[in-house]
Amino acid sequence: MEWWTRPWPWYVAGPLIGLMVPVLLIAGNKLFGVSTNFRHMCAIALPSRLEFFRYDWKRTGLWNLVFVAGVLLGGWIASHWLANPAPIDIAPATRADLQALGITSFEGMAPREWFQWSALLKPTGWVLIVGGGFLVGFGARWAGGCTSGHGISGLAAFQLPSLTAVLGFFAGGLLVTHLVLPLLLGAP
Amino acid sequence: MNGNTAILTDEQLIIGREQDEFAAVGETPLSLLFYLLVGIAFGIILTKSEVISWFRIQEMFRFQHFHMYGTIGAAVAVAAISLRVIRQKGIRAVGGAVIMVPPKERTPGLKRYWMGGTVFGTGWALLGACPGPIFALIGGGMTVMTAALGAGLLGTWVYAWLRPVLPH
Repeated sequence: MEWWTRPWPWYVAGPLIGLMVPVLLIAGNKLFGVSTNFRHMCAIALPSRLEFFRYDWKRTGLWNLVFVAGVLLGGWIASHWLANPAPIDIAPATRADLQALGITSFEGMAPREWFQWSALLKPTGWVLIVGGGFLVGFGARWAGGCTSGHGISGLAAFQLPSLTAVLGFFAGGLLVTHLVLPLLLGAP
Repeated sequence: MNGNTAILTDEQLIIGREQDEFAAVGETPLSLLFYLLVGIAFGIILTKSEVISWFRIQEMFRFQHFHMYGTIGAAVAVAAISLRVIRQKGIRAVGGAVIMVPPKERTPGLKRYWMGGTVFGTGWALLGACPGPIFALIGGGMTVMTAALGAGLLGTWVYAWLRPVLPH
C-alpha cells in the first residue's frame, strides 16, 4: 500500500484536529465549531420571523461557511487522491456485532445497504439518515454545540457545560447503539 | 486577519456568550481564503482518520476500539495545551486583538446541555456522523448525506421554533 493511501492513526489525526483551535483563534479570534453553520444556512435559506435566525450571518458566520466549504473540498481530495482501497480495519468484535444485526457490507465509510439513496425507500433508512440528521441538527442547537464546539473547543477550555453536553452525547449514543439499533436493523 | 479586530475591546469580545453570537468583524478575501484552506485540511484529516465512518462510531459506542477515544482525547489535549500557551505567553490574534474564548453560558441545572446533548447523541449514533463529517462525506461522494444535511437544517429550524418552550 502506498504511504499516502494509508489511514492516519489516532496519534497523528488527533493532534492535528486539536491544532484547529489555536490556528483559528490566532488567525481571527474564531472559535472552532461546525454545527453553528446549520444555523447560518437556515438564516440564509429559510428566512422567517423566528428571532433565532434574525442576525447578521455575514458578519458572524461567513468565515465558518467558507470553512465548511473547505471541509467538503477536503473530503473530495482525500477520497479521490488519498483514498484507502482496503475496507476499514474495524474491530472484529464490532464486525461480529454488526453482522448479527444483518449488516453484510463493510466496504467504504458506512454500510452500503443503509447509506445510499435507495435506502430511503425503507422506513429503517429514513430513521437512520433523515431521523439521524434531524436529531443531530436539533440536538446540536439545543445543546449549543456539537462534537467540535463542545467536544473539542469546550473541553479544552475546561467548560463544565461542554463536559455535560459530551456526557449527553454519550448517553444518547449508547441508548441508540444498544437499544434502538437492534430493533431498527433487526426489523424487516 | 485584519486590523479592525484591534478596535474591539476585551469586554466586547467576551460579550457574545455563545459562539453563535460571537462578535466577528468583516472578512477580507485573503482571510476567507485562509479559512477555506484550514477547512480543506480539516476535511482531509477527518477522512484519512476515518472518524467520519459509521463503523468507527459503532466501535466507539460499543467500547471495542481505542481509535475514536485516542483521536478525540489527543485533540482535546493539544487544544488545551495550546490555549494554555496562548494565555501564558499573551499571544494575540493576527491584527493584535487579545484572544478570548467566550465561556459557555451556565444555565440553571445545565439543562440545555444534557438534554440537547442526549438528543444529539441519538442522532450521532443513527447517522454515524456529526456535522463536520456530514460535509466531508458529501465531498467524498456519499451524496445521500445531503438528505441528512437537509434534515439537520430542518432540525435546526424546528429547534428555533420550539426554543421558547424548551428548557434551557
